[in-house]
Amino acid sequence: MSTPHSSSTSSAPHRASPPQIPESLTLAATASSGSPSSSSASGMRDAAEDDSDSPPSQMSEDDPGGGGGGGDRWEPDLRGGNGGTGRWAPPDQVLENVLESVLEFLTAARDRNAASLVCRSWYRAEAQTRRELFIGNCYAVSPRRAVERFGGLRSVVLKGKPRFADFSLVPYGWGAYVSPWVAALGPAYPRLERICLKRMTISDDDLDLVAKSFPLFRELSLVCCDGFSTAGLATIAGRCRHLRVLDLIEDYVEDEEDELVDWISRFPESNTSLESLVFDCVSVPFNFEALEALVARSPALRRLRVNHHVSVEQLRRLMARAPQLTHFGTGAFRSEAAPGGGLSVTELATSFAASRSLVCLSGFRDVNPEYLPAIYPVCAKLTSLNFSFASLTAEELKPVIRNCINLRTFWVLDTVGDEGLRAVADTCSDLRELRVFPLDASEDSEGSVSDVGLQAISEGCPKLESILYFCQRMTNAAVIAMSKNCPDLVVFRLCIMGRHRPDRITGDPMDDGFGAIVMNCKKLTRLSVSGLLTDKAFAYIGKYGKLIKTLSVAFAGNSDMSLQYIFEGCTKLQKLEVRDSPFSDKGLLSGMNYFYNMRFLWMNSCRLTMRGCKDVAQQMQNLVVEVIKDHSDDEGEAEIVDKLYLYRSLAGPRNDAPPFVTLL
Amino acid sequence: MASADVDVGTELSLGLPGGGAEAAKAAKRGFEDTIDLKLKLPTAGMEEAAAGKPEPVAEKAKRPAEAAAADAEKPPAPKAQAVGWPPVRSYRRNVMTVQSVKSKKEEEPEKQQPTANVGSNCSAFVKVSMDGAPYLRKVDLKMYNSYKDLSIALKKMFSTFTTAGNNMNEGKLVDPVTGADVVTTYEDKDGDWMLVGDVPWEMFVESCKRLRIMKSSEAIGLAPRGKDKCKNKS
Repeated sequence: MSTPHSSSTSSAPHRASPPQIPESLTLAATASSGSPSSSSASGMRDAAEDDSDSPPSQMSEDDPGGGGGGGDRWEPDLRGGNGGTGRWAPPDQVLENVLESVLEFLTAARDRNAASLVCRSWYRAEAQTRRELFIGNCYAVSPRRAVERFGGLRSVVLKGKPRFADFSLVPYGWGAYVSPWVAALGPAYPRLERICLKRMTISDDDLDLVAKSFPLFRELSLVCCDGFSTAGLATIAGRCRHLRVLDLIEDYVEDEEDELVDWISRFPESNTSLESLVFDCVSVPFNFEALEALVARSPALRRLRVNHHVSVEQLRRLMARAPQLTHFGTGAFRSEAAPGGGLSVTELATSFAASRSLVCLSGFRDVNPEYLPAIYPVCAKLTSLNFSFASLTAEELKPVIRNCINLRTFWVLDTVGDEGLRAVADTCSDLRELRVFPLDASEDSEGSVSDVGLQAISEGCPKLESILYFCQRMTNAAVIAMSKNCPDLVVFRLCIMGRHRPDRITGDPMDDGFGAIVMNCKKLTRLSVSGLLTDKAFAYIGKYGKLIKTLSVAFAGNSDMSLQYIFEGCTKLQKLEVRDSPFSDKGLLSGMNYFYNMRFLWMNSCRLTMRGCKDVAQQMQNLVVEVIKDHSDDEGEAEIVDKLYLYRSLAGPRNDAPPFVTLL
Repeated sequence: MASADVDVGTELSLGLPGGGAEAAKAAKRGFEDTIDLKLKLPTAGMEEAAAGKPEPVAEKAKRPAEAAAADAEKPPAPKAQAVGWPPVRSYRRNVMTVQSVKSKKEEEPEKQQPTANVGSNCSAFVKVSMDGAPYLRKVDLKMYNSYKDLSIALKKMFSTFTTAGNNMNEGKLVDPVTGADVVTTYEDKDGDWMLVGDVPWEMFVESCKRLRIMKSSEAIGLAPRGKDKCKNKS
């Protein structure tokens, strides 16, 4: 689950609060019309235009980009040097130093991108001062180019495979290897502190290189990655002495049973700087005593998420060592002892009561519901609770949830049913994010939640901003109700698991429901649709979904018009994922003018042919068009395109594509 | 060991769910040579449920098969489960699968599933390596009931290495570099490498320690030194 302080894998970069502007660094108000002491672009623009006339800012001695030493006197004439040292710096250089000093305070990538477009001078200054680089598609730009442009990176965020790789739609070996990036970043940024990867392949060798290349390394976050093992983790633990964050989230960790490495023991033996250690996806057993000792000597530790090889007895020991934890992943949440023996609920509850800072609980991977009452002492303070791996019934959930009055984020399995959701709605009036996952993730499953639960949530949780809801039965009425009751929705992802399912009461398509969502939820940026949908739904989406950045479509629409509506209407569209829908080359081509404004388009199992894809590739030279096969295409199948992935790129076709990927 | 059931079972072909005729046709081909993973591909649009990691493909493959048989007269063609639908991440599917297997074991200690009586562990994870693949995978043999199910899972796992456009090797696993046929072998408890398919399924599950998919040419003599741990190089 994402947490506020290091949401490094979200698509919008993390906005840190800007550092305080030192008093000595002010823009003189007289000559430039910009506001003083502000990093706003307008003030600087004036200064840039009249640089020989406008006075330089008073430079502090400590200023890193400073062109002069002592800043007591300023020379109105730039050509006469500055700072009283007699050093002559060309006007451009001084200005760039000023620019750099000010641009330091711009943190959001969007602001920086805008600033870099002002003029060449700004471009250079921005490039030197950007500290975090966010690359949403690792194939959109080459490592070399990134390294050439940016001089002082401290943090790099990279995303690799398209999201549908999570659902086994991208064949194994497709790409997104981090090796070339690590190889380039190493020599260029010895002061690099942070690497965050999502859906990329990182090997133990890569981890080794990271550890060697960056002596100040502080933060490694791997989300949905693969390719590494406990050996790589050991290298990181052992060599990165300043490590603060090691977050492993939903990765596939190679576990060589006879080659398991005790990586936990490799952390420094003295007190560590660890603030966050998340390894619930490392599913192999580990050295618990080493973890306990590590926790004991990590006074800054705030987030700890262990894997399911931890019993409640062990949990208690950990909590005793780290009462300051704010985020806790509880492992199995069951006792190892025989029934009757083992820790009592009361004893466990005492441990929770002592953890006064807990705001986020997760884990419960193999929960024994009898132990649930142990968390009552912290429920009232919880803002985030993840029960999504715990098959709880409504009866088991209710006594817990009725204490969680401050809950903002709740993930749960559909085993709690509509009744459980009603209990959530009754208590959690501050809820912002809800995810309801299916216990049985198959199309013909029973499905335990329905429109009834959705309606209840909409009535009880008016501040809802993000919802992911898997079900089998839904009505337009419930979706419309949610659109009206929850106007703050930013993310609406409804998955009716059976294909093409209509409104369960009226038998109508679900067009009106989704139409209401885009109409009424004016802040909506992400939408996933499902159920029986005609072109009408997409007409709505195109007409009203003006802020939509990510759209996921499956088994929907009845003609190419749907695609046309989307491309023409959704002006902010960045990511479009489509599967199993009756869209042909015509629909694809209707997007020609829009592809470059998007990060990517993914389409699989539609009605595309090589002809249409080649058309796109030929007309749009700045796109990479990949046709992906995952089985042999013979006997006339060669024209059919099963999987299309196209994306804008400055790097051109990649050179690491496997044989089953055709780059057009 | 040459019972009819075993012979059919040793024919590692991937037939369509519910395709009885297909299975029979596949069986005819099977006797000719040593066991290859003959991964006959389903026709476009009818792929079986799969996750990135092993899951009870056996159970999932059976259900649509039974449904398909029942709906044989109803148009359109029997609906196979779509890959990756519903869109639940493979990570989550895996965790839930392991959980459900565990709870089944706990609830029904007496009831024997076909492969459940092998040993006291509830899982039998073995490494699977394929020559040329950048790294290993792992499968839990207890998830499957037959060689056929296993072959389906392996095919999904290494689906990238099936040939494209090579008529001769219609759907067989081939080495991506040389285009040669591959065979699946396993290392048994004694450390010997054997061709997969020689022994009854239950015996195989009990004795198999690891799997390796290698070129047919190398399989003669079968004297591997154990797999090389192929790291991700690019």
